[in-house]
Amino acid sequence: MIIELENTNAGEIGQRILTARDRVGVPTGLVFTMIVVADQCDIEQVVAAATDAGREHPSRILVLRDEDGPTSLDAQLRVGGEVPGDIIELTFRGELTRHRDSVVLPLLLPDSPVIAWWPGAAPARPADDPIGRLAHRRITDAMGSADSIPTLIERAHNCGPGDIDLVWTRLTRWRGLLAAALDQYRSPVRQAAIQATPGNAAGVLLAAWLDSRLEIETRVADVVGSYGIMGVELATDAGRIRLNRTDGSMATFSAPDVPQRLVALPRRDLNVLLTEELRRLDDDAAYYATMATLAARWGGEDDEGLDR
Amino acid sequence: MSEQPNPLRDIGDRRLPRMSGPCALVLFGVTGDLARKKVLPAIYDLANRGLLSPAFGLVGFARRDWRADHFAEMVAESVKAHARTPFRDDVWQQLLEGIRFVPGELDDDEAFERLVATLAELDEAQGTGGNHAFYLSIPPAAFDIATDQLRRHGLAGHGRGQGQGWSRVVIEKPFGHDLASAQELERKVSAAFDPQSVFRIDHYLGKETVQNMLAFRFANQLFEPIWNRTYIDHVQITMAEDIGIAGRAGYYDGIGAARDVIQNHLLQLVALTAMEEPTSFDADQLHAEKLKVLAATRPAADLSLGTAHGQYLAAWAGGQQVVGYLEEEGIPADSRTETYAAIRVDIDNRRWAGVPFYLRAAKRMPRRVTEVALILRPAPHLPFLQSDVTNLGVNALVMRIQPDEGITLRFGAKVPATQMEVRDVSMDFAYGTSFAESSPEAYERLILDVLLGDPPLFPRHEEVEASWRILDPVLDHWAESAEPPQGYPAGSWGPASGHEMLARDGRTWRRP
Repeated sequence: MIIELENTNAGEIGQRILTARDRVGVPTGLVFTMIVVADQCDIEQVVAAATDAGREHPSRILVLRDEDGPTSLDAQLRVGGEVPGDIIELTFRGELTRHRDSVVLPLLLPDSPVIAWWPGAAPARPADDPIGRLAHRRITDAMGSADSIPTLIERAHNCGPGDIDLVWTRLTRWRGLLAAALDQYRSPVRQAAIQATPGNAAGVLLAAWLDSRLEIETRVADVVGSYGIMGVELATDAGRIRLNRTDGSMATFSAPDVPQRLVALPRRDLNVLLTEELRRLDDDAAYYATMATLAARWGGEDDEGLDR
Repeated sequence: MSEQPNPLRDIGDRRLPRMSGPCALVLFGVTGDLARKKVLPAIYDLANRGLLSPAFGLVGFARRDWRADHFAEMVAESVKAHARTPFRDDVWQQLLEGIRFVPGELDDDEAFERLVATLAELDEAQGTGGNHAFYLSIPPAAFDIATDQLRRHGLAGHGRGQGQGWSRVVIEKPFGHDLASAQELERKVSAAFDPQSVFRIDHYLGKETVQNMLAFRFANQLFEPIWNRTYIDHVQITMAEDIGIAGRAGYYDGIGAARDVIQNHLLQLVALTAMEEPTSFDADQLHAEKLKVLAATRPAADLSLGTAHGQYLAAWAGGQQVVGYLEEEGIPADSRTETYAAIRVDIDNRRWAGVPFYLRAAKRMPRRVTEVALILRPAPHLPFLQSDVTNLGVNALVMRIQPDEGITLRFGAKVPATQMEVRDVSMDFAYGTSFAESSPEAYERLILDVLLGDPPLFPRHEEVEASWRILDPVLDHWAESAEPPQGYPAGSWGPASGHEMLARDGRTWRRP
């Protein structure tokens, strides 16, 4: 069921969604509210990813976007049918674009967690943003910005409890494979090197993770390619452990004394990343440690400029 | 190499996946239903979720004149038909590299020599490192010969040196057909494998909702205070199936409902419902608590009053005309195998003294449902007119295990627009609406646990034997009794004797 409301307010939206629920009989077991700040990004794709992630965790999804025009608020409510929870798309105009939180606050579900997600551009300090302040968990995506490495480093300097960047989520499988590899070779890692396409934030963050865990300085080399991280190599006393991503979905794994192996290492879609993120709403200590390492490593000459 | 901790692992890094180490899984009985519908798809799903080591091998062993690519084709088919996650070529490529097939009979020494050679080749080519898990998806009568062959060909755990990798064996129920045969089976398996290398799969324990019982009981403050004889009147545990024996005549006849599911699933549910809080969820602690409560569990003193058994008769069930048990193909006309079993057990401890647990398991019931219902005592005093509360029952807390997993709380509420009329209502929590639409299959969790060597979700042989100790007197009583199982129409909630068993105690079965 889709309900269009023009020139509306939070009270009316809340009322209409309640009556709509009664009519379509959607279960009320929604587990959290997700606020999607969809400025300057592909609304369709973002809503699709949020809806898909909502299938695992039925939730209320609030999609916020700004438009030019005289001060007004439009809303589109979607309940039932294909939608796992409810989706409320809010379009703000004029003066209201500076008071979006006043509309969002009454629409948060009682008691349950609130997650804010910026698929595109995000504020420098999400925790201080009016929308970010409403949320327990603030998900950003440095890959959604034009220049992803500086953006990620800026995030690293401002990172606090509740913040997470999807670049970290993209690393989970790489990290899992590397950790599993070291389960087999319990000897110290002397050096590590990463090959990634130029400007790839994931490569830099993976390096920071290795640095924080192994107390070494991982080299990141630019290579030509189109799959982000292209390879990782750990030099241990027992020999070299290598993961090479040969194409967008397969990688080869080689280690001392064992034959080279194929392993599926696909780039993961936005909805898969978001689903993983929503499964873990507790603070991620490993992420904070990694971001701290990243901030320290890149805290050099333009430190003041970044750490406002 | 020193066993220093892996620097990339960190207890605070909870999203880092638990991934299996290098290993090979040898599946006996690959052409069986269980292998095709559950085990093989679960292996693919694990690979797809990135939880299998790149150094993983899968070896099929069966009495088929196949080559490895025939087997791979069969695996692909069963994955496409039954896997939970979508079929992806890249994941399949990863798995395919490690797939092997060994044709042969269980009693054929040459076939086992070939298996030894195949595993050696896999260790070489795939880097599976001498770690082997043997999944015996074969009839229990063949366990004996299979474990014996594994032992004689040096594949079983005993006699392996350090650094030669591990060897584990996975067996499926039934674990014997009575206490003596269970002990006999244990003796044979333990001749070849160490106790900690034997994984008994009770797929019920791998279900998310069964694990949720632990969270429900021990993570909340709300329920523990009523979880005892002061508030609970009795407990009903039901496992009903709407199907008949559906082509499993050979397996089912002579086994019956009690051996098939009460001995394992239902008594495990009793243990999880009734046990004390374990000090942690380590296998040892969990096992100790389950064993304690099973040891305190006993059937009724007078078994003719505290049990009931039945057999379904031809009838219309759910709009379909179905035959009775005795008319099923392959069932002898004088079979006394029960398709309905109900027993009362009591738990002799401070928490549960005087609280009967009624267990029933049956085929050809009106619908498929498994649940644990805790029925509370009536309120001590009702300050209402008798006429106001005629529709008020007693409070109940129901843990629905399958389908429609969740929790129901039944309590009284005032009917609107009446002076004061109280009626029962339900408050429902459905697992599916608050969490994953598609939670992992029990087999995924259990197979991964086998490969990781993580035993908390597997019953130990002491638990199996404790369960038989509870059930054996009942089975003996039925075998010696002059009365055959009482008939009940297919598609009904069981024979009159089942209802009478509760009526004698002044209670009734709830309609699940």
